[in-house]
Amino acid sequence: MEHFIALLTKPDNVPIVAILFLIPYFMWLSYRQARRTDKTGVPSDAALNDKVYVWPYLCRNEFICAIIVMLVLGIWSITIQAPLEEPSDPTKTPNPSKAPWYFLALQEMLVYFDPWIAGVVLPGLIVAGLIAIPYIDTNPKGKGYYTLKERPFALAVFCFGFIVLWIVLMIVGTFLRGPGWNLFAPWEKWDPHLVVPLTNVNLSYLFGIRNEQTANFFGFVVVGGYFALGPIFYLWKRGTSRFLQELGLVRYIIVSSLFLSMLALPIKMALRWGLNVKYVWVSPWFNI
Amino acid sequence: MNEERKGLKEKITNSDIWRSIFRHGYENTGRRYTLQVLQNVWLHLHPPRVSRHALNFRFTWCMGGITFLMFLVTAVTGVLLMFYYRPTAEYAFHDVQYLEFDIPFGMLLRNMHRWAAHGMVISVMLHMFRVFLTGSYKKPREFNWAVGVILLLITFFLSFTGYLLPWDQLAFWAVTVGTNMARATPLLGHEGPFALGAITQENDVRFALLAGSIVGPGTLLRFYIFHCIAVPLLASVLMALHFWRVRKDGGISGPL
Repeated sequence: MEHFIALLTKPDNVPIVAILFLIPYFMWLSYRQARRTDKTGVPSDAALNDKVYVWPYLCRNEFICAIIVMLVLGIWSITIQAPLEEPSDPTKTPNPSKAPWYFLALQEMLVYFDPWIAGVVLPGLIVAGLIAIPYIDTNPKGKGYYTLKERPFALAVFCFGFIVLWIVLMIVGTFLRGPGWNLFAPWEKWDPHLVVPLTNVNLSYLFGIRNEQTANFFGFVVVGGYFALGPIFYLWKRGTSRFLQELGLVRYIIVSSLFLSMLALPIKMALRWGLNVKYVWVSPWFNI
Repeated sequence: MNEERKGLKEKITNSDIWRSIFRHGYENTGRRYTLQVLQNVWLHLHPPRVSRHALNFRFTWCMGGITFLMFLVTAVTGVLLMFYYRPTAEYAFHDVQYLEFDIPFGMLLRNMHRWAAHGMVISVMLHMFRVFLTGSYKKPREFNWAVGVILLLITFFLSFTGYLLPWDQLAFWAVTVGTNMARATPLLGHEGPFALGAITQENDVRFALLAGSIVGPGTLLRFYIFHCIAVPLLASVLMALHFWRVRKDGGISGPL
């Protein structure tokens, strides 16, 4: 328990403790407004375009908000001291070595994927995917108000990515990872000598494949087949789904590959936790 | 008495000096409200009028504004910190210690800088969340969302480069861990898949970032320049673009 309390009260972890409260609060706040919109109907264009003068109305709000925030920041700065540890020493590696809290979701992904995926490809895809959002979300509804009914798919995907794969992983990385990057429950003592048996095996091994070339081909088929699910779904549903027709082929390919890449993380996590799978695809050049 | 005061007031407000500074009166008319914004360099990025929902705290969460405020706080406190800090391996850590123990309000200055930076990371993430939930990235605001994503990355990078500067164990190892992944960049990292033939530990992308194969004095100077000059400049330019586009695209959200 003492390690968990130490983590909770660490000055640099104040933001992540704040996030524990801020995210649920803003989820609740937006959910309430979305429910109200869905019940009472979408605000009309006239209502959304109802204008007021910036001076004094908006400037007053900005001023009040700035005062409150500066007050909070002032109290925060007076009461909690920024950390300063011993001088840097390249020969003394702390265990665990953690990145700053906002990168801990990325560091957490390193458990499940090799660095080139977790540290380079997936972050790159996150950025590309975020930038692509307005260009692939062609749904013209839900512009300028909270709603659940009008864009359930977009909200579900974004909230899953942001809340589960970013915020929750960040919290896990901050509070539940101890020496050797092993998982420790809050009430457990951090044991730097904890030995975790490395019983992970590759997926091909579980299927009884012992030959390297066959394993490589098997991995290629599994990963290729997974990403082929996108086009297959398109060919299957193209005729009947208005959503797919409106989206168009190019946008669909981008949406489905981004979506499948995002889901690859929870799938790999499930494989690791459930079946001790190390790699899905082992090739001479890279492992996935 | 009242008449006299009124006369004096009019004399002052009608004088050439007063009128050269203040271009409008203070009457309660729409014209004055508009001039108040248009003729003020600090306020003129605002349009004269905004949609009513842009005033609603429950709608906007005020997160974009808070992010900008946090940027201003870090800029001001950062400039003050620069007076006491030398970005060299010999001095950096001791300068921070000196700042904490000997400079009047030095600790407070450092705290404000650090916590405002953390606050900025939180508020920029929540700002993006709000913009998504209200569909404010939709046509015609697609490009501004893209600018916002770049600003999000810049915020992370600003915070990350600043993390190294105290040059203590926390800084050193957080940056070591954070930059280790660059080794594995496909093609350009020496441990990545398909590393190009000439790529070694001494010339890959990680080396370019760290100015060495481990975090060292060169990294400190490099991160200092990124943190204090290069990235804030880029952030300022993109923020100007971001705010200008908010206005040109018809306000924070809703139909144009």
